[in-house]
Parts: sequence; structure tokens; C-alpha cells
Amino acid sequence: MARLAGRRALFAVPVVLVVTFGVFAIAAASPFDPVKAYAGTAALGADQETLDRLRDNLGVDRSFVVRWWDWLTAALTGDLGHSPVMRQPVTEVIGERLVWSALLCAVAFTVAVLAGTLLGVLAARRPGSMLDRAVTSLAYLLEAAPVFWIALLAVWLFALQWDVLPAGGLTDTASARVTPGQVASHLVLPAGVLAVSQLPWFTLYVRQGVGDALAEDPVRGARARGIGEGTVLFGHALRSGLLPVLTLIGSRVPELITGALLVETVFSWPGIAAATVEAATAVDFPLLAALTVLATAAVLAGNLLADLLYGLFDPRVKLSEM
Amino acid sequence: MADIAAKKPEQPEQPEQPERSRKAATAAGAEDTGAVWRAHGTDRRSTRTLRLRVSAALLTLTVLAVLLVPPLVQLDQQAVDLAAKLQPPSWAHPFGTDDVGRDLLLRCVYGLRVSLLVGVAAALTATVVGTAVGATAGALGGWVDRAVMRAVDTVSSVPHLLLGIFIVAMFRPGVWPVVISVALTHWLSTARIVRAEVLSLRSRPYVDAAVSGGASRWRVAVRHLLPGVLPQAALAAVLMVPHAMWHESALSFLGLGLPTHTASLGNLIQEARGSLLAGQWWPTLFPGLFLIVPTLAVAGLAGAWRERINPRRRSELML
Repeated sequence: MARLAGRRALFAVPVVLVVTFGVFAIAAASPFDPVKAYAGTAALGADQETLDRLRDNLGVDRSFVVRWWDWLTAALTGDLGHSPVMRQPVTEVIGERLVWSALLCAVAFTVAVLAGTLLGVLAARRPGSMLDRAVTSLAYLLEAAPVFWIALLAVWLFALQWDVLPAGGLTDTASARVTPGQVASHLVLPAGVLAVSQLPWFTLYVRQGVGDALAEDPVRGARARGIGEGTVLFGHALRSGLLPVLTLIGSRVPELITGALLVETVFSWPGIAAATVEAATAVDFPLLAALTVLATAAVLAGNLLADLLYGLFDPRVKLSEM
Repeated sequence: MADIAAKKPEQPEQPEQPERSRKAATAAGAEDTGAVWRAHGTDRRSTRTLRLRVSAALLTLTVLAVLLVPPLVQLDQQAVDLAAKLQPPSWAHPFGTDDVGRDLLLRCVYGLRVSLLVGVAAALTATVVGTAVGATAGALGGWVDRAVMRAVDTVSSVPHLLLGIFIVAMFRPGVWPVVISVALTHWLSTARIVRAEVLSLRSRPYVDAAVSGGASRWRVAVRHLLPGVLPQAALAAVLMVPHAMWHESALSFLGLGLPTHTASLGNLIQEARGSLLAGQWWPTLFPGLFLIVPTLAVAGLAGAWRERINPRRRSELML
């Protein structure tokens, strides 16, 4: 198991390397000027000599391959550069914000998995029933709806019309300290919206998997033996129906990141995804590059998890053969 | 299923597939398998025909609105009327007005036009790139195939919206950076589909016949393989349009998309944020609905089309 994980992780290294290289290549091909980005508005009044010295200091004139190599070797020692927009080292930005993003995503994902499983089983129990149709239609509708649109409507409904939940941020503006109670109440809306955006996929897959399993012999056998409907549904059908879904959970990381990018922005959640959007708006290359690479690493870790779960939960697959 | 067989065998399914193609697969796949185990219950055929008709009608309506309203209706979508600002939906303004009194129905139609144009342009670019890459990989095989598919895997391990954001940020927001960034993140699924299709076509007897008849490699590719993959590529392109529109809207919403004077649906939602916080829901609600309707219509049509060309193949092509 550990060996397999190690080997698969090794396969991910070249991918990450290529992505970092690609990030620098795109930046080199773009009209983006690191000197102007570094100096900001000060560049407007600066004389040419200062700009040239800055250009020399930043090493802009060297080829992007050299800059990429410098960045890479520095990154291996834990130095990801300095973010001009956040005015602090990139590693510090990531360290401060990663926790909040992880909290948001973990809560949202758990809710989505639990609610999706429940809805999927209920829908699969009586195919073609009103409940099944309602759940399926709703799932398609939510799948087609843009997550930022859902988020905005949720703000309108819960924060403005009913005034039951805060519209955004991590804590109330008046509060000086971050308390768990404050965070929890501010987490409900963003996590709920993110969960809703992930929900249709789980629901439809569980519905399909459980529906397939209900038509199979083990379920028929269980029913013939007079086992209760609840045990048949959750003990037999769900167990085999959930298998394909479970293995795909790890591969949902890209969608989760996409959702987080939009949800964190709408709710001003101080996470890493919101920082990505800020970095992009202000063309903060060091931060943006680091976050792109970090997201890629997260996706690869998710894929690895998917593979491992597959071997762990499906006894027909031997991990040693993977 | 050639795609799965040709890929790394240890993958449970294709985890790195892009989101929308998987979404479309969920939409069609879950429904189609439903048909297998749903032996009893309501008449599926009539429901299905109804869905097909509704999807077709909605899509036709959308396309007609986008094509006909701007030239036929002599109304200025930018016409500002401060006396009638932020009015809720009424008979005069079915969708209400925005914060400077512009009619939202008209704004949405124009926004949809922009979004659809960008979506179609991006989907076409992505399909051409994807078909070329996929066909090359499939037709040449060997190390070219392995290298190309490795590259596809690598690009798809960067979340699409993030890659799009990165490209647009580096090249500054504008129509072309958006089209290119959406195209660059969407050709991967087409490349996979086309490659799988070419691989399966390559072993057909008629291709062997052409090769033994002395056809050059180029001729085999263009005359015998390409026509075979075009239907799949076309289907992939159509399915990609809503996804490309979604992508463009997300970028525009984040302020990294189209400039505000070429207002797309995403821009409209972004602009409406101010009025939303003041309690006006209609400038946010309607542009979003304009995004949902074409997406659902295309998904419905694609599901019906797949069923028609091959009822047993289900969604495997797009999965």
C-alpha cells in the first residue's frame, strides 16, 4: 500500500515539473512585465535608470528557463518568492489561508457526500416515482446552474430577505477575534452553496449505482430471504452501488477547486481560492504561479486517493498489480 | 469503451476527465441506465419524446432570439432611463430594469448573444485543436501517441478554471484571451474522444483494404479515418458550447473576462451584485436563467441524439 502510494506519487513529480515550466513559459509569452508589476504605480514616475536597475535586480532579461530553474530550486528550499499584492512571502499567504479553504471544502464535501447518498438512495428506491423525478430534475437543474449565481441568490435569500445568516467574511466586522462560533455561522452559507454545487453529481451517480444494484441477484436473494427493506437498501444495494462513486471521490478535486474559486470570491471567504482570484486580478505572478502549482498537486493527490480507494474497497483489485 | 481500454488499466474510470463532459455524461448516463432497470413505471418513450421536443423548442427559441432580436427590434440595449431605474418585473419591462434603468430582457438577450458567440468560437477552436491532436495521436500511434496522451493528462491535471484564470491574468482580459483560454482548457476531452475513435477505426477491414491498396498514410488519415470521427467531434463541439459559455461567464464574473462594454451574461451578473445587496433580485436572477436554459436544452438534445445513434452505447463516448 505504502509502496504503491510512493510509486504513484513519484509519477506525479514530472507532471508538476512540466506544469511549473508551462506556467513560466506562458508568462514569458505574455505581455506581462514583472518590473511594472513589482513597482506598481511607482513605475509611472520612476526614471529609466531606476527601472533598468530594477530590471537587472529582478533578472527579467534572463531567459524564462533560467528564471524557472531559479524559482524551482528556491521552491525546493521552501522559498516561493514574494507576493507584491499581499506584501508578504507567498508561503506565508498560503499558510495563513490554506486552513480556511480546507475547512470550507471539507465541510462542503462531507455535506455533499452525505446528502447526495441519501437523496440518491431515496430516488433509486422507487424509480419513476414522484420523488425520483423531483430529485433527478433538481439535480439536472443544479448541475446546469452556475455556482456563483446560486451563491448570490443564497445571499439574497438568507442574508437579506430572512436575515438569518451573515452574507460574507469570516467573522462579523465588529469582532476583533476569530471565535469558533463566529466562524461556524459564517461558514454555513459558503459551505452550503459549495455542497449544493457538488451534490447533483453524487446524487445521480448513487441513484444509478444503487438502481443497478437493486436489479442484481444478491439483492433479489436478500429480499427472497425476507430481509427488511432498510437492510436491503443500505446494507446490500448501497454497499455495491456506492463503490464506483467512492472511487471517483478523489477525482472531484478539480471541480471542488473550481467551486471554491467562485464561492470564496462571492462570500469574501479569506481562503486560498479567493487569494488566487485577487492575485490574478492584480497580476501577482509569484502568488499565482505558486497557487496554480499547488492546485495541480492537489488534483494529483486526489487522483492518487481515487486509485488507492479503488484498491481498498474493491476486493477484486489487487493493489500489488496496479 | 476503447478509450478506457487504451488508457492506463489501473484507472477505475477516467478520473481526470474535464468537468463538463462528465457532467453531460451524468446527465445522459444516469438517465439511460435508468432505462435498463426501470422496467415498469410510466411510459418512458413519451417522456423522452417530450423532453426532446422541449429541449429542441428551447434551443430554437434561444438561437432565434439571439439571431433575430438585435437586427429586428429597434431598441437600444444601452438606453439609460434613470427615471425607471431598478424597477421590478412588469409588463413594460418583463425582467425589470437595472440600476441605470436599462431593460433587463433586452440586456439579457444581448448578453446571451455575446456569451453564445464566445462559447461557439471557443468550442470550435477547441474542437479543431482536439481533433487534430487526437487524430494525430491515434493515427501515428507508438511514442507519438504516448507522448501526446501524457501531455493531455498533464494539462488536465490543472483545474480548468484556474488555468483559464492564469492565462487571462497574464494576457489581460479581453475577448481573444478569453476565447483562447477557454479553448486551451477544453480541447483535452475532444482529443481523447477522437483518439479513441481513430484507434477503433484503424483496425477496421476497410482501412486495411486501403492500406494494402497502396494508400498513403496521409490519405488513410484524411479520407478514411477523419470522416469516421467527425460525427463524434461534432457532437463533442455542440456539448462543449454550454460549458464554454459557463467558463466565460465565470471568468467575466470574476472580473477577468470580457470588457464591460461587451456585456456577457457573466458581466451582467457581476454588475448586478450592487443591486443585489440592496435587495433587488431580478438583475441577478434572469441572466443566470439565460445561462441555464441553453445548457439544459443542449444536454437534453445530446442525450436524445446519443440514444438514437446507438442506444446501447449509452454515455460511454462522453464519459
